[in-house]
Amino acid sequence: MGNKTKKKIITAEDVRYVAKLSRLSLDEDKIGKFQEQLDGILGYIAQLDEVNTDGVLPTTHVLSSMKNVFREDELRESLTTEAALKNAPEADEHFFKVPKII
Amino acid sequence: MNTKKSKYETVVGLEVHVQLSTKTKIFCGCANGFGADPNTQVCPVCLGQPGSLPVLNRTAFESSIKVALAINCDVQEIVKFDRKNYYYPDLPKNYQISQFDMPIAYDGHLTVPGEDGSSRDIGITRAHLEEDAGKLIHDEKKPFSYVDLNRTGTPLLEIVSEPDIQSPGEAYQYLVILKHIIKYLDVSDCNMEEGSLRCDANISLRKRGDKELGSKVEIKNLNSFKAVRDALLYEEERQEDILSEGGRIEQETRLWDEKRGITSSMRSKEGAQDYRYFPDPDLVPFEVRSGLVETIRENLPELPVKKIERFAEQYKLDKKDIEVLVSERPIADFFEKVNTECNNPKVVSNWIQGEVMMHLKDKATNIEGLGLSAKALAVIIKLASGGTISGLAAKDVLNTHIDTGDDPEVIIKEQGLEQVSDEGELDVIVNKVIEVNEKSANDYRNGKVNALGFLVGQVMRESRGKANPKLAGDMLKKKLERK
Ligand SMILES: [Zn+2]
Repeated sequence: MGNKTKKKIITAEDVRYVAKLSRLSLDEDKIGKFQEQLDGILGYIAQLDEVNTDGVLPTTHVLSSMKNVFREDELRESLTTEAALKNAPEADEHFFKVPKII
Repeated sequence: MNTKKSKYETVVGLEVHVQLSTKTKIFCGCANGFGADPNTQVCPVCLGQPGSLPVLNRTAFESSIKVALAINCDVQEIVKFDRKNYYYPDLPKNYQISQFDMPIAYDGHLTVPGEDGSSRDIGITRAHLEEDAGKLIHDEKKPFSYVDLNRTGTPLLEIVSEPDIQSPGEAYQYLVILKHIIKYLDVSDCNMEEGSLRCDANISLRKRGDKELGSKVEIKNLNSFKAVRDALLYEEERQEDILSEGGRIEQETRLWDEKRGITSSMRSKEGAQDYRYFPDPDLVPFEVRSGLVETIRENLPELPVKKIERFAEQYKLDKKDIEVLVSERPIADFFEKVNTECNNPKVVSNWIQGEVMMHLKDKATNIEGLGLSAKALAVIIKLASGGTISGLAAKDVLNTHIDTGDDPEVIIKEQGLEQVSDEGELDVIVNKVIEVNEKSANDYRNGKVNALGFLVGQVMRESRGKANPKLAGDMLKKKLERK
């Protein structure tokens, strides 16, 4: 790690928080590793901050010329229930089944 | 309400979710309908299968613009969709497609009448379009929950009010007005029992005159407008009790318990939700051209407030009558069609509020389902007011017409309901009645005016209801006064 002096964008706390939001359980000894990697990614992207964007309009989509893609309100065939449930880890004939949620 | 004179004032904001009644879902061609067998209206898009792509339903978009205009919002020129990320088993993609910073519309208002006859404008912060989630079904005896994803992807328009509402009663009125408008636009069933209209409320109290808002409590599980009002009344009192004893209101979400009539804390998930909104790369932005907005605006139906004003002006009806007639757009339209044919507003209004509504109730149907044309009702009304049939016979004709669909004129002929309005024909009967009822006849001659009613009744009986009662009365009077 050659850039110890550079301020980290991502802290260990951030890693734990993001893992929690993503429902991932991370062993404590992995946190440093992910911190390093995430920091690298964000650091790379942060180079964009150096670009002068004065007078450039904000973009909301990479396909800047494409707009207004609609479909008409017309019925299409749905899947059969059997097909819809096929890949579910747990299901019965009609429903997906998930651990109890109240 | 006991808080009117209290040193606190109530601040309420409402978030209303309206399911749009399009034929298909918002981003796929699956049917959008309530009550189908579980997981029969699903496809790769609404199940969030990898590789599937959402495409926006044009009708859902335009219906949203309709609502936005009707509640006086500014429709935005550029609209985009964002992903709202959270984990819950009713949300197959683990994000909901919603709108964050570029919603369909901002900054509207609704004019809400108060109890004292005045009215106030309640601000509307924004309206945005999103997809509904699926439905979870719990069975207490089982260690798992069932998921039905039919509802996933139902177009939902969320309408967020400003914290402008000052009382539970005003919140109730706001909802009534909003629902009335949306029903008029014919873009949603607005059925709270089926969930096509849902409402969350937030409420805080502050010392009268304070600028800053108090900590607010969000209330969920409100299944009717009455529940909204009752829950807010309860919460208003609960918060006032805490504050006046020097306590503090905790910012939290509480659930309304309809049976017990109380709210209780929904164990707050530690930390605020972090939805990490970001633009949905699967959906390109939408540019709303002013031409489209103007076309939609021009084609908006006449909304309730305007209709009420016009009915008062054009038909000179009472406020009460107008309220009933405009309560539903199809009824108002029906009234106008009937009246165009027979031009007798008060009588048409009475017929619709009386007989027609009774039939609607009996048959549990709406005006389209009743099988009564405006023309037929107008014919019946004209025949009754012109004296061809009696008022009573007219009701019979209407019943028969609704049951059989036969022409009113045919029914009258077949059942011989035509009133006898011919003096010659009635003469025999009138003479006979005077003869048989000598005592009453003499009573009348001696100044007992009431006796006439009895004699008219006898003429009606003798003619089996067909005599024109007014004519019968005139003839009786003439004959009795002559001697
Ligand atoms: Zn679908």
